[in-house]
Amino acid sequence: MKNEALYNYVLRLGDDSLILGQRLGEWCGHGPILEEDIAMTNISLDLIGQAISLLDYVGEIDGQGKDHDALAFLRFENEYRNALLVEQPNGDFANTMMRQFLFDAFRKPLYEKLTASSDAQIAAIAEKSLKETRYHLKHTSEWIIRLGDGTDESHQRAQKALDLLWRYTDELFSETEEDLTLISLGIVPSMSEIKDQWSKTVMSVLEEATLVIPTNNWQFEGGRRGIHSEHFGYLLSDLQYMQRAYPNMKW
Amino acid sequence: MVSKESILSLLDEVCDPEIPVLSLADLGVLRGVEYVNNEWLITITPTYSGCPAMKTMEDDILLKLNDHGIQAKVHLVLSPAWTTDWLSQSGREKLKEFGIAPPEDEVDKSVLFSKPTIVPCPKCGSRETKMVSQFGSTACKAHYQCLSCLEPYDYFKCLK
Repeated sequence: MKNEALYNYVLRLGDDSLILGQRLGEWCGHGPILEEDIAMTNISLDLIGQAISLLDYVGEIDGQGKDHDALAFLRFENEYRNALLVEQPNGDFANTMMRQFLFDAFRKPLYEKLTASSDAQIAAIAEKSLKETRYHLKHTSEWIIRLGDGTDESHQRAQKALDLLWRYTDELFSETEEDLTLISLGIVPSMSEIKDQWSKTVMSVLEEATLVIPTNNWQFEGGRRGIHSEHFGYLLSDLQYMQRAYPNMKW
Repeated sequence: MVSKESILSLLDEVCDPEIPVLSLADLGVLRGVEYVNNEWLITITPTYSGCPAMKTMEDDILLKLNDHGIQAKVHLVLSPAWTTDWLSQSGREKLKEFGIAPPEDEVDKSVLFSKPTIVPCPKCGSRETKMVSQFGSTACKAHYQCLSCLEPYDYFKCLK
């Protein structure tokens, strides 16, 4: 029971990092300014690095000899467990920053708690990743403030991004029954603790950015169960192309 | 059998592929050298999770040791997590000579607002410099420019 629960939990972490890293990578060569192009691809690289550590651990828990590449490139759509938020298309720069901000504000407190995990490998990955995530959150928080409290157009775009993405935020905090086992064993924290911290960060940054949370709080979920949005198939076809076309090819 | 000292001195010749003046020991990436089960076990840790140079470093270590007929394995550990505190004093000097500003031991406070960390120009020493971008040519560096001599340069950013 514990192993299956752990497998699923770490898979969710790994897939969130992998898919968001892939999305950010799409900006390579298309950033609004050179510095941001490099920033987004640097963040992408950190996320993909974290995904490698996480998915390798998933393979180890699974015990069937799968490494991170096998897990990243050779699963079908419904076998990915990332939240819907991270697979949403990049849209404009404001939309990408908003998606990243909402995610970083969730990841930072989560990694902080996971550094104290009773599972040594999770704690080690969290310790490593936390340092990077702090940089990311700082970067995106300041962009949200600059865009929101910027020109009329940047404000409008940032608000539109928030209106669009808010509906995918609850899913980040969803918990399954088997997670409760992991919580009781001190392996993972309870999501309610993480949500409190996330809300604090998000509220204070949005307030400074003069942005308002949409009044319609209808929430979507599905990614954690393998039910993805239509955008996901296109993302996967890009991500998996080389391994599907040339099986076992090495870079 | 070769001694640990000779392994260490061979490894002193293995450098970061992106910053060829820094050995892996200078960089703090080399974490241990042990003799276990008839082979040398070399422990390294990544600077950043996604650093693409890690694989090259691993290959370079094995190449160097195998060249000297030494059987070795490279083992990657994540914890304790790498910090720029592990950058050796000589490494900091070498960085500066190479034109990269060494870490200022202060984590960047801000990206877009407030004053970023003052990073003296590695060429002329001026403190009148500006951060161009918090993210530079590699994950571990930020991009700065000197306002006195106008030299653009990399800053090896502080990670704690």
